[in-house]
Amino acid sequence: MANFLEAVLGQYNNWAFIILLMIGIYAMIAKNNLLKKVIGMAIFQSAIILFYVSVSLKKGATIPIIAHGHGHDHGAVAHAIDAASYANPLPHVLMLTAIVVGVATLGVALAIVQKVNRVYGTIEEDEILEKIKE
Amino acid sequence: MEVNSWVLWQFDVLILLMVVVCAVVALQLKDLVSSAITFGAYSFFMCILWTEMLAVDVAFTEAAVGAGVSTILFLGTALHVKRRAKD
Repeated sequence: MANFLEAVLGQYNNWAFIILLMIGIYAMIAKNNLLKKVIGMAIFQSAIILFYVSVSLKKGATIPIIAHGHGHDHGAVAHAIDAASYANPLPHVLMLTAIVVGVATLGVALAIVQKVNRVYGTIEEDEILEKIKE
Repeated sequence: MEVNSWVLWQFDVLILLMVVVCAVVALQLKDLVSSAITFGAYSFFMCILWTEMLAVDVAFTEAAVGAGVSTILFLGTALHVKRRAKD
């Protein structure tokens, strides 16, 4: 029982990832206000980023920057590098791109929300649907 | 029990809880401007989370772009539309 509890609770990063993912998708589907839907989309994105950064973690590792990487011995690194003592930097770089793309999609979504507000005078979904029917 | 060795796992869990709380509060608030500000707090807690998960490059990008630019974009939109939300 204790082993099971530790196995379930020990992966708290994954549980937080699942909870944030569900919060985001709930907001995108069930919220009535368009701005709340966009906030849900941003939460969904950062939940995915949380999952990828969790993958890059290692036990007993440090940040992926090599100390004294720029030595005086003409570029060659004098000491051997132990890859297991650094966090994996590949998911970090991928998620860096994802953050920038996420802000671009956020800007487009908010521009569309403002355009909807200018045309229909409201950003509540039910009121917009009523005005489309008229 | 620990995912990361140089910070306490209690601190890890505290930051994750704050992230989830900020996400829920940002979605439940009726006032859109305070919703946008709470989303900025959410991005800032995410930035702290990246730092202690050893992703420093992701952390400062999130601080500049997530907590900075997207909060301003949300605020600009929230001030243009009707400020009270129904839900």
